[in-house]
Formats: sequence, C-alpha cells, structure tokens
Amino acid sequence: MTIRSIVRVGLAPLLLGACQYQHYQSDFGAAAVEDRQFLALFWIFMGVCGFMYALVIVFLIAGVVRSRRAADANVVETGRHHQSSPLMRSTLIGWTALIGVGLAGLAIASFFADRSMARAATGEKLSITVTGNQWWWDVSYDSDDASKTMRTANELHLPVGVPTRIILKSADVIHSFWVPSLNGKQDLIPGRQNDITIVPRKIGIFRGQCAEFCGTQHARMSLVVIVEPYRDFIQWWDHQLQPAPAPTTPLTLAGYQYVTSGACGACHNIGGTPASGTVGPDLTHLASRRSLAAGTMPMSEGNLYGWVEDPQSLKPGVKMPTIGLEPDQLHAVVAYLETLK
Amino acid sequence: MSSRFRASVLAFAMAALTLGACDREEHHDRAKPLGETVPAGQSPDTIWPGGSSPSPLDPRAKLYDNNAPAIAEGQQLFSQMNCVGCHSHGGGGMGPALMDDEWRYGGRIDQIAASIAEGRPNGMPAWKTKLTSDQIWKLAAYVRSLSGLPSKDAVSSRSEGMSSGTPQTLVSHGNIKNSDTAEQ
Amino acid sequence: MTDIRAGVFEAMPPRERERERVEAENRRLAAERKKIARDGPKLKGERLTARLDATWRRPPGIIGWLATVDHKEIGRRYILTALGFFVLAGILALIMRVQLGSPDNTLIGAERYNQLFSMHGSTMMFLFAVPVMEGVAVYIIPLMLGTRSTAFPRLNAFSYYMYLFGGLMLWIAFVLNMAPDLGWFEYTPLSGPQYSPGKHTDIWAQMVTYTEVAALAAAVVLVCTILKARAPGMTLARMPLFAWAMLVEGVMIIFAMPAVALVTTVLLIPDRLVGTQFFNAAEGGDALLFQHMFWFFGHPEVYIIFLPATGFVSVIVETFCRRPVFAHSVVVLALISTGILSFGLWVHHMFATGLPRVGYSFFTAASMSVSIPTGLQIFCWLATMWDGRPRFQVPMLYVVGFIVTFVIGGLTGVILAAVPLDLQLHDTYFVVGHFHYVLIGGAVFPLLGIFTYWYPKITGRMMDETLGKIGFWLVFIGFHTTFMPMHWMGMLGMPRRVYTYPAGLGLELPNLISTAGAFVLGLGALLFVLNGIVSLYRGAIAGPNPWDAASLEWATSSPPPVYNFEHIPVVESDTPLWDSDGELPVVTGLRVDEKEMLLTTVVAATPDVREPVPQASLWPFISACAVGIVFAASIFSAWAVPFGLIPCGIALIAWFWPKDMKRTPEPVIS
Repeated sequence: MTIRSIVRVGLAPLLLGACQYQHYQSDFGAAAVEDRQFLALFWIFMGVCGFMYALVIVFLIAGVVRSRRAADANVVETGRHHQSSPLMRSTLIGWTALIGVGLAGLAIASFFADRSMARAATGEKLSITVTGNQWWWDVSYDSDDASKTMRTANELHLPVGVPTRIILKSADVIHSFWVPSLNGKQDLIPGRQNDITIVPRKIGIFRGQCAEFCGTQHARMSLVVIVEPYRDFIQWWDHQLQPAPAPTTPLTLAGYQYVTSGACGACHNIGGTPASGTVGPDLTHLASRRSLAAGTMPMSEGNLYGWVEDPQSLKPGVKMPTIGLEPDQLHAVVAYLETLK
Repeated sequence: MSSRFRASVLAFAMAALTLGACDREEHHDRAKPLGETVPAGQSPDTIWPGGSSPSPLDPRAKLYDNNAPAIAEGQQLFSQMNCVGCHSHGGGGMGPALMDDEWRYGGRIDQIAASIAEGRPNGMPAWKTKLTSDQIWKLAAYVRSLSGLPSKDAVSSRSEGMSSGTPQTLVSHGNIKNSDTAEQ
Repeated sequence: MTDIRAGVFEAMPPRERERERVEAENRRLAAERKKIARDGPKLKGERLTARLDATWRRPPGIIGWLATVDHKEIGRRYILTALGFFVLAGILALIMRVQLGSPDNTLIGAERYNQLFSMHGSTMMFLFAVPVMEGVAVYIIPLMLGTRSTAFPRLNAFSYYMYLFGGLMLWIAFVLNMAPDLGWFEYTPLSGPQYSPGKHTDIWAQMVTYTEVAALAAAVVLVCTILKARAPGMTLARMPLFAWAMLVEGVMIIFAMPAVALVTTVLLIPDRLVGTQFFNAAEGGDALLFQHMFWFFGHPEVYIIFLPATGFVSVIVETFCRRPVFAHSVVVLALISTGILSFGLWVHHMFATGLPRVGYSFFTAASMSVSIPTGLQIFCWLATMWDGRPRFQVPMLYVVGFIVTFVIGGLTGVILAAVPLDLQLHDTYFVVGHFHYVLIGGAVFPLLGIFTYWYPKITGRMMDETLGKIGFWLVFIGFHTTFMPMHWMGMLGMPRRVYTYPAGLGLELPNLISTAGAFVLGLGALLFVLNGIVSLYRGAIAGPNPWDAASLEWATSSPPPVYNFEHIPVVESDTPLWDSDGELPVVTGLRVDEKEMLLTTVVAATPDVREPVPQASLWPFISACAVGIVFAASIFSAWAVPFGLIPCGIALIAWFWPKDMKRTPEPVIS
C-alpha cells in the first residue's frame, strides 16, 4: 500500500507533466484572473477575520486572568451581582460598531471583487460546451464554422490569455465544474444552462474535479485542463479535427475490426470509423489525452489494458460494462486504441 | 427496558415488509462476460410442437428480476440504445408493444433476454455482439416492468424526460390486453 | 333552597330569580371547593409530599412506562436516545476517517462510503442535534420555570415515540442494505426516480418526516410551556436566557420544519412513487425547487441547533461567573434577531447554481449581518467573565472551548458568505471544516458542558471532575486536530463526499492528521460517556444546589420528585435563588388529589388559571405507532395514505376524547 502510494505520488506528476504539482488542483494555483482575484479577496477576509478573532481571544484571556486578581468583582458574594461596569456598556456599543463596520467593509470588498471578475470576463473569444454525465465530461468546442466543431472528453485545452466561455449543461444529474487553480465552480444542472468565463494567465497543466455529489463515482469524475500558447492550442484543435488514423498492422487491424463491429461502437464514437455511439466519451484521439476514465488514472498502456479489460474493478459502478475479452482480442483492441493519438 | 425491546420488535415488524430489501437494492456491477451463456436456447414454449414443460429458469434471473438498480439501468439503456425508435416507450410502433401481456417469444425475463440477444424475425436485431449479457439482462428487467410484472417497489415511477404514459409504479399487470396495438 | 324561601323566590322578578339561582350555585360550588385538599399552609411537609407523589406518579409496569406523560422521563429518554445515535454516527465518522487517511485507499468501497457519510450526516442532523436540544429542554424547562408539568404532556410523549420510530426505521434500513447514500440533503434529480432506484431515498425522505413531526410537536409543547406555565412573578424580563433561547427556537421550528416535510413527503416521494413531475425539467418542473425548499429549512435548522446551545452557555456563564449575564436584554434581542434573520439566508447554499447575481448580493449581506447578534452575545458572555469571578470547573471549560472554537467557525462562515470566495470553497472540505466548527464547537461543546452541569440535577450525583477535565482536553485537542486541516484540504482542491482522493495533490498529510485527531476526539467522547456511566454509581451525592446556581430548577431536590415542586415558587428577580436569602416565597392552592398546574399570563406572569394535567395515557404511543406505520407503508404504496388515515383517526379520536376533563380549568381566586 505505502509503496504503491509512493510510486503513484512519483508517477502522477511525471505522467501529467505538471510543473507545480502541489498546486495543479488548488486554490493557490493562481493560474487565471479569476483565481488571482479570489486569492486577493481571501487574504483580505483572512486579515479582517483574523483581527476580530484576536480581539475575542485577547478579551477572553484578559477576563480569565483578571478574575484571579479581582477582589471585589460584581458577583453574588459581594451582593453586587446586578451591577455592571459602565465602561463595559460603552465597549459593547463600540464592539457592535466595529463588527458592523468590519462586515460592511468585507461585504463591499466582496461586491467589488465580484464586479471586477465580471468585468474581466468579457470579450470571450472561445466557446466550449461541457456536458456533465455520470461520471465523465463531454467536451465540445463550438465554432461558427460547422466543420470546425470538435468533440472530445475529460480534457480541455485553453489558450493562455484568451477569455474563454464555458457553457455548462448536464445530461443527467447535477454536477459542478471546478478547476481550482483557474476559477470558482459552477453547477451543471439538467434543464438549465449555466456558463463561466475563464481567462487563464499561466501555462501549465491543471486538474479539476466534479464538486457536486453526483452518484457512486463522484470522487473519480475529474478533468485535466491544459493551458498552452495560442499557436499550440490551434495546432491541437486542428489535430483533433482529424479522423482516427487507419490501422496499419495486422494486430491493430484486428483491433479496429473488433472495436467497430463489437460492443464498443454501440456507445463510443471514433471519427472516421463506423463506431458512432454518442452514449460514452469520444475516443477519436484517446491516446493523446493525459488521463483515462475522467482522471481516474494516468494514460498509459498498462492502464488502458486494465480499463478495457475490467472497468468495474477500477471504477465500480461506472456505466461502461466489463465485456470480458479474450486475451488476444484484448491485445488487439489496446493496440488499436494506442494508435488513436 | 423491555418496552424499548417492544418498540424494536414493532419496528422489525414494520420492516418485515422490507426483508426482500437486500436483493432489491443490490447493485450487480461485476457483470458476467459476454462470452458466457447469453440466454440462448430459451425458446418460448408456444412454438414447440405439442408444447412441453417450461424450461427451467436461468439462475441469473433472480439477480435482475425485481432488482431496482437493474431496472433503472435498463431504463437508461432503453433510450440510449434507441429501443424507443421501434418500441416507443412501450406502446410499440414499428415494433410490437411491450406494455401488453402478449409475449410472442415468452415473457419470462430469461426469454426476453434471449429475444434481445438473438434477435427475432420481422426486424428485431441481435444485440449479443453489441451489448454485454449484463446489459441485456438489465434491459429485459426493464421491459418486464413496462407491463407491470415486477413488484411495484422495484420500479421507478418515471424517467427524467418528457412524460410517456402511466407512471411505472401505477401500471397494472398487463396494461393493454389487446395485442394488436403494434399494427397502428 | 328551603321551603321558607320558596314563596319569596316566586315573587322575585325573572332577572333577580336568575341571579339568585346563579349565586346559589356559586355558594354550592364554593362549599365543595373548600373540601378539596390543596397544598398550602395547612397541608405541607411529609403529608403533602406523600399525597403529591401518589397523585403524580404514573402507573407501574410496562403499560405505565409506555403511557408516561412525565416530562422528566420523556426528557431522559430523548437525551439517551439522542446520545445513542450520536455514538453510532460517530463510529461511522471514524470509519470514514480511516478510509480517507491515505490516498486511493480500498478499505471501504464507493457505495458503502456514500452510505456512511449519508447516514452520518442524517443521523447527526436529524436524530441527534435537534432532538438532544429538545430533550434537554423538555426535561429542564418546567423545572427552570417553576411549574409542575409541561403544557400538552401527551403531545410530548407522542413526539418522543415519533422520533424513536423514525430513527429506528433509518437504522434498520441501514442494516437491511437500504441505507440512503446521497448525502444528508439529497438533491434532485439524483434523488429522483430515475437516478436513485429502489427505496433507500424514500427511507431518508420519510425519516425526515418522522423527525419533523416529532420536532414540531416538541416545539409546540415548549413554546406553550414557556409562554403560559411560568411561575408567578417570572415576567418575560426575568425569564432565564435558556428559556428565551428555547422560545425562539420553538418558533423557528414551527416555521422552518414544514418546508422540509413538504419537500420530502409531498414533493419528492410522490415524484418517486406516483410519477409527479415536480423536479422534472422536461415536464415543467425544476431541480432547483428542491434546493430552495430544502435550504429554506436547512439554514434555520442550524440556528435551531445553535440557539439552545447559546442558552446553555448563558446558563453556565451565569452560575460559574457568579453573576447574571451582562446586558440581559441585549442577549434576548440577539436571540430574537438571529431567529428572524436566519430565515433570509438560505440561498448562500446555492451560490454555485447560476441564479442571478443581484439576488446573491442580498444573501451575502444577510449572511454577514446574522453574525452581528451572535457577536454581541459573545461580547456579553466575555463581559460577564470580565466582571465576574469565573470558576473553571468542567462546564466552564467547555464554555471557553466553545468561544475559542465557535468564533473560528463563525468567521469561516463570513468568508463563505462572499460569493467569489464561496465559488471556490463551496462543496469542498473547507465547508466541512466550517460546519463542524460551528456545530461541534457551537453546539456540542456547550452540550457536553450542560450535561456535566445538569447531571447532578437529573441523577442526584456529580460527574467526576478529573475525568471530566481529561475528557475536555481530549475532545478539544482532538477536535482541532481533526477539523482544522480540513480548511487546508478544501483549499488544496478536495471536494466533499469523495470516497478517496488521488495522491500527488498534497492531501495526504492533512488527511492523515485529521484521521489521527478523529481518534483522539473519539477517545474524549468515550471518556465522557464512561464518566456519565460510572458517576451514576460512584459519583458524589449532590444536594439540591451543588453549583450554588440562581435559577429555579435548583430549588428542588436532585433528582426532582415527580411533581417537581412542593409549592409553586414566586419569582421576584432574574436570579431567584440568589436574591431570596434561602427562603423562596411560594404560592399555595393547587390541588393535591388531582394533577393540576398553574398557568400565568404571558408577559407579566400573574396567576391566571389552574389547568388540569392529563393522566398517563397509552394513546400517544398508539397514535405514534399508527402514524408511524402509515409513514413507513407509504414508502411502498400510495394506498397506505388513505387507508392508514383510518387507524390514525381512531387513535387520535381516542386520545382527544374528553374523558379526563371532569371539570373545566378553574380561574384563580386570589
């Protein structure tokens, strides 16, 4: 157990290639305008709240310590238990005023931060639609030109510095789209359409997770967001528009035939092949993604073997059934999937 | 103290209704591989000459019949695999109605599963290469619920979509007696 | 009427005749009344207590046990049952913490873990937090107010049985693999018919109904008792702060609980059972309707839990600082304004749902402003400590622990009230840390303190002081070790309700620390329970007023006799026992041959009516069984409702049949 954890701790950042691996899923990532403003506001709140807390503790300690020295306190023993120090009454009013002013200040700071975030979130140049499913993310890059719309799953690429609008829909239950290093969360609610705008500022790889309990495997519904320079982003998009490469070796051909004629095609879509199911994630460029099964594990040949062979043991309850392939079928299928870069 | 015990006994009596709970609520996610005996060969009795004693019920039936998660998953598969395209939401169209009490190839869960897996004449495709046997059994469980055959506490009342007829929990056994609703 | 007067009577005009007849009747009644035995100067001491005991004691045996209407017995049952559920839910929490102690742990699978956190939350919120507060209040309020019984004692008994049956139903369902597994508030459409097959969600929804009915009944009992059954002279201004807290809490329950009963029983269960479309967007419903209605209850719910705890703190601070709480009227106003304001905050649980931003600003402002009254209360307690001479025995330690802990929780709440901050922190472990700080720090710490404080009154023995102090420190240190790292975990990206998390996010260490702390906390809680059990047999015998406290419950023996007080006390200040120089004035005149209590006016508490108190009765238990069976059966079939109304109706008619009311309540003749 411990050795596996150590190996995973080591492998995960390697495979996901994140440079700041402590902060690729954290509020301190500060990788987008929204998260930076969150952090600024958070420290303001912490300062004010910390100050108030210190006042309370000082008052408490003073009351405790003072009691040891007070010889003639207003207590029942001296018969003065119904009296109170008049200074205390004025302090009460001062305390109320202080709390009121402090809270008003914090509320105003909050409103200003909110407006500032809203102002930064204008002029979106890119529109992505994310549809939440149990337990994966259906991602579609929208475009006015129909030939440029592209569908992928569980991974987003964003161009740095470009305001991006993400439209949020749900195919089944309520989910929540949350990439802490970039932005606050927003729920995906069936029957409603929400949206958020992200303006990424740092290049890197970030991880997000569903943040509204959505069923058995809510804990394993993650996504990867890659922020890259604009040129790389366009290159990636163009590549995603290509259909799946044709199989070249006998093994991959056998895998291709199995995948397109068997159970896989009933749920999955692989561009340019007969497999055109829309129930599950799009697999056209599966092998180029960094994670598998919505962030459950890093993309690798071994993990592909495990996932295709028996998804129920890796993510129990997931909608993808365990098919139970023969060993040579499994080799062929995985070999073919590996070509889907 | 003894009255505390009596209160518990009372509660247990109330829960006696629910003793079947374990099976009803159990999720069977570790599915049987497709290669295993898909329920083939479960030919319905009516087409054997002279009739015969009914074939024994497949032992997997009790995992799926009256199993609430199985019926719910079957409901989702029913629309995802486009069964509604021919069967609508049980009322039938190009395909026969599923909510009546006429079963051309048998209405037991293993017989329905066989029909789905093997395909049937006049247009029912064979699904055994496209779906695992676990998925087929779940669909069969759901199809049975369309005509009110499983117990009412295992079915869900409706789906999250546009309303399509009587809520499942209120469907009585064999909703539509007339078997010719398919021919509209 | 004698013959001599007959002729005179006929000669009178009709109106005079009527008046004469009435006066003759009055003279007859007065003569009869003179024969009734009442407590008073003539009947006191042992003869009085023997007769009162015979009148107020319930019948022996099982039937009597089930039929009791004694508020002390019902209060004890509430407390013990709630503590039982607390221990069960705590064990679930320990299992959860073990699972989360290391990343990618496989100790508990996803489904089982989801059941664990749902059972933990539902048990703690519905079966522990509110019932224990009501149980303590049901026990102590009549004693604190100087009366012999609560109002509506049979309703009180009914409320306990409904609560017990609801809790049993939930936990039996857990054993039968039908536990709810969608959290303690099960959002639609996940909890709707399509995505939550089977009956486990219905079990949760009906458990809420049971506990809601029980809480409503207990709230009505408490509010009426507090308003009408106080001792003469206990004006609202002189009423103890705990009674004020329970009054506000009771009114809050009456307004808030119907919302959750509605959304679970009238909206969610019909959606699941008979195919209504309340939460189905495709047919004109809205998934968010559930959230609005649930949180309209859910937010006041946490103040329903918190306000009695503030009452506890006021009680302890008064006794242990040897003076009444500073600025009594400010505290009362703070209680009332917290109660009112808390109904306007609920959307802060829904900041991520995409509702209009303008509306959110209102709820941010309201959520922040609700902390002002609480901040005032804290100042008043601290000022009492400053001005008084605190003795740091175990209850006072818990009060200090409360202040240190709860204020942190309140401040993280202020952080969460800001929309931009909440959008990052919502549904993460930051929120889990926040609400445990306010619930454990703000409600459980005062509760443990008040148990130690009122334990001598309830049992007649003192809890062990040393064990209590060790227990306090274990609980305090364990609590902070467990829940402080959660704020950090939330900011590092760990969402709520996850059965595991991946390695490499920096979550390993905080989770490990948190798990270790949980066991320390569990040990402290165990020590507290052990202290409670051992002290029953070995604790020092307590007199009527071991803490030298000021309020009326300490004017009677420990434990109190079944009739509470020999004579009803009269109150002339807000600290009656401190201001009466050892001899408390009393009023006399209540009957000793029948159960009777004195009702007073609402504000000035002048004696008003002598109200007969019902005898022990099995009908509350039978009604609770009937209603309980209807609720449980309606999970499976809608027909249970119309058919079930018949036995319920019969039971309720039998209960309310006026057989006990041989006479009407009599006005007080001064």
